[in-house]
Amino acid sequence: MLLLALFLVPALGAAGAFARGTRHGGWLVWVAAIHLILVATAWWSPPAAVLDGWLALDPLGLVVLSVVSLLFFVVATYAVGYLRCERTGRGFASWLLAFLATASLVAVSHHLALLWVGMEGTTLALAPLIFQRRDRRSLEAVWKYLVLSSVGIALALLGTFFLSTAQGELSPGVRPLVLEDLVAHAALLHPVWLKAAFVFLLVGYGTKLGLAPMHTWKPDTYGEAPALVGGLMAGGLTSCAFLGIARVTEVAVAAGLGQFVQPPLVIFGLLSLTVAAAFVVGQTDVKRLLAYSSVEHVGLLVLGLGLGGVGVYGSVLHLVNNAVVKGLLFLAVGNAVLVVGPAATAFPSSGGGVLRAVPVSGILLLLGLFAVTGSPPFGMFLSEFTIVRAAWAGGHPWIAGAVLALLAVIFIGVGAMMLGMLYGPVASSGPRARESAWLVAGPAALVVAALALGIAIPGPLQQLLARAATALGGSAP
Amino acid sequence: MLPGVAAKTKAVLTGRRGAPLMQLYWDLFRLVRKGAVYSTTTTWIFRLAPVAGLVTPLLALGLLPLDGRHALFGFTGDFVGFAALLALGRFTLVLAALDTGSSFEGMGASRDATFASLVEPALFLSFVVLALASGQLSLEGMLGGTQALPWGAAAPALAMAAASLFFVLLTEASRMPVDDPATHLELTMIHEVTVLDHSGPDLALLLYGAALRMALFAALLVGVLASRGRLPGPAALGLLVAGLLTVAVAVGVVESSMARFRLSRVPQFLVAASVLASLGAILQLLS
Amino acid sequence: MERLADLLLLLVLLFGFLILGTTRLTTCIRAVAVQGGLLGLLPLVLRPQWSVHTLGLAAGTILVKAIVLPWFLIWAIREAAVRREVEPRVGYVASLVLGILAVAVAGAVAVRLPVPGEHPVLLVTTSLACVIMGLQVLATRAKALIQVVGYLMLENGIYVFGLTSLDRVPFLVEVGVLLDVFVGVFIMGIVVFHINREFDSLDSARLTELRD
Repeated sequence: MLLLALFLVPALGAAGAFARGTRHGGWLVWVAAIHLILVATAWWSPPAAVLDGWLALDPLGLVVLSVVSLLFFVVATYAVGYLRCERTGRGFASWLLAFLATASLVAVSHHLALLWVGMEGTTLALAPLIFQRRDRRSLEAVWKYLVLSSVGIALALLGTFFLSTAQGELSPGVRPLVLEDLVAHAALLHPVWLKAAFVFLLVGYGTKLGLAPMHTWKPDTYGEAPALVGGLMAGGLTSCAFLGIARVTEVAVAAGLGQFVQPPLVIFGLLSLTVAAAFVVGQTDVKRLLAYSSVEHVGLLVLGLGLGGVGVYGSVLHLVNNAVVKGLLFLAVGNAVLVVGPAATAFPSSGGGVLRAVPVSGILLLLGLFAVTGSPPFGMFLSEFTIVRAAWAGGHPWIAGAVLALLAVIFIGVGAMMLGMLYGPVASSGPRARESAWLVAGPAALVVAALALGIAIPGPLQQLLARAATALGGSAP
Repeated sequence: MLPGVAAKTKAVLTGRRGAPLMQLYWDLFRLVRKGAVYSTTTTWIFRLAPVAGLVTPLLALGLLPLDGRHALFGFTGDFVGFAALLALGRFTLVLAALDTGSSFEGMGASRDATFASLVEPALFLSFVVLALASGQLSLEGMLGGTQALPWGAAAPALAMAAASLFFVLLTEASRMPVDDPATHLELTMIHEVTVLDHSGPDLALLLYGAALRMALFAALLVGVLASRGRLPGPAALGLLVAGLLTVAVAVGVVESSMARFRLSRVPQFLVAASVLASLGAILQLLS
Repeated sequence: MERLADLLLLLVLLFGFLILGTTRLTTCIRAVAVQGGLLGLLPLVLRPQWSVHTLGLAAGTILVKAIVLPWFLIWAIREAAVRREVEPRVGYVASLVLGILAVAVAGAVAVRLPVPGEHPVLLVTTSLACVIMGLQVLATRAKALIQVVGYLMLENGIYVFGLTSLDRVPFLVEVGVLLDVFVGVFIMGIVVFHINREFDSLDSARLTELRD
């Protein structure tokens, strides 16, 4: 029941928001709060599976669900301030809530086809949000996003079909495409079809995730979408897409194909890191920079998954960190844009002096900069360190070395741009909006969370992460 | 007679009465009685072409099992010989056209040769389909004998091959939509150009040879579509003639309903023929 | 019935080639519509015992793939006043040859990898061939609307593959696929409309303002 509510509450909220044509963020915050309370309830008393096991909540699903819900709540509070400054289309709130609904569906569905439907739903829900500004550039961005995402989703569907084919003729009592049954009877799966399914699902969901070389939609989309949408995508969508890949990896590992799945994951991860490093240096727009940073981080996610062992724990921890920090960064940049104007993101041509124009957000941005590049004491340092440690311990020292080198390059690139943006002369036009409390509270909370994750991970969270990691075939530290 | 049938069909469909069916025979009779005029730039090739243009289709005709059972002569892999003979005929014609030394003939010859080379794969792929379906490697084996082509099991593949062969027929006989046999505008001629300079008996030989080529491919098509191995001799021949006439009518219908393709589009059409045939081959390999 | 299924699948492939080789955009859209209609008939042919499920699936597929979506795309064309198609980046001849290679590869895979259950081998061949040809159209064509047609062909191929598990995976997936096609194309259509308004052309090769 709880599981159904997790999907239905935001869905009904979306319908309600559309009907009322609401223009201020109150509705958003209320629905997000209810959703968050539901998630907290799930933490306290784990819900039972419903719909014949199609919906269920396992540790990894709970992690993703919590991350998405929390991030959405923060974004909702931010939206209150945002909607006071910017005019948006009529459906803004409803599409946001639709995203929450479909992302929740992805997190709780254990039927892999239902998971696909949820992913498809997130694709469609985000499209109008990206097209928010309705100008030429955002049109181009949403077109590229739609084409690539749709192809990726189509390939993922084909992969899901392959998975069903791998199951073959079902013995009675075995449910088709349900995770538990797939894992339990993994030895009976047809290996070739399973391998094909893995490849297609990796490429398909990897497109949604933004792995290189399927990442080309990311810079355009993150650059043109409103900052809060970008944050939601970077934190929420990536978590959902990672969940899709993690599910099929779980099945493959259970079927004994561990040796087969690890190289592609590692290769995609390293490739993403390399691409991110290459494009981060010399970047001129800060939101595009953040997009490449996102490519870097999803590369790390997949890399950790591929390295196995404690790397899986690092990946799951990184999932949480990534969502928190990306949310923080995008919201802070959003504040800069709101106050200074769209030119704030374009550096070095017209941006600069953000620290003086939006002091609080500027500080948050600075802290976020340190966090996203993996500096201690923020949480990202811990997760990145765990992944590198896994590479070293797993007998792949050169992978560890490559990762460290690429992370260093990215640090330099991101740091150079961010610092240039923060300091320096203020952009000429006067402030367009005030830095209200609504706009700042969310990012500030996220900074606290990022610090907390770095200094001391709360016990229940650590246990949950450990259980998620072991389910995926890894181990906790 | 076949070109006559095609022309008559086209005329009837476009609302005219058209030339009589036997028009081509009257033309041949008339041409044979005239004298030939040779350009001073031509050599023996020019005089060779008409002869080759008649002999090669005749020889190829011998390879086909016309009565549905036996060919006049044949050997394993003679379908290659079939294609080779026809290519030889076309080759000498092209050479003769070049021999005249006129750039106009050269243009027509090059177009003709291009289209022929593009349609070769289609022809061969159709033969591949026939070979796969019948398990035989000679034309006599594929189209004749008492073993009928397995239309029951291999219908899709054979249908593809038949369609492809129809396209090949349209190309080799220089019909629409590849070439317009009735055009009098020089720049739109393709095959017409190559026979432009011949006259008298030479032209008669060439025209008859061209008609023979059309009949040849029509017979090939009829052989694929209707196996006549089980029928007694006269009935098989009768069915062949009926089939030839039907094909000619079909050609006429096509000619009257389509305009000639733009020159840059013709290769697409020819590749489509090859695609159809290769699709048939793949289908046959799959089953 | 097996022969009828083979015939339908062959027609699907032929129309796929038509899409690869034709110049006119309306022909492409009609071809993919006919493909959709043929695909709608396939469940009826593959499962001679018609259940409510099969009938519903067939009706829904034909409605969406063969009627609603093509109508919508043709409406988009009329709005955008686009008729012709430019030469694809690889040329029509090469497109056709690549198409044949796609069918050959698909056939080879279909023969090597057996699908559980009784299916004509042409089923898997057609589905994989349509997938490859759809991806080919998406990759080699410049106009936005023809990319949508390519995506529809990709979806058709995936749908055909889904038919192999008609007995095993329940209704939900088919609905999901159709929903995806419907809404995805709907949104794509709207975006195309906006693209035409903004850019005065539907050439997605012109969408190059955003780059690094």
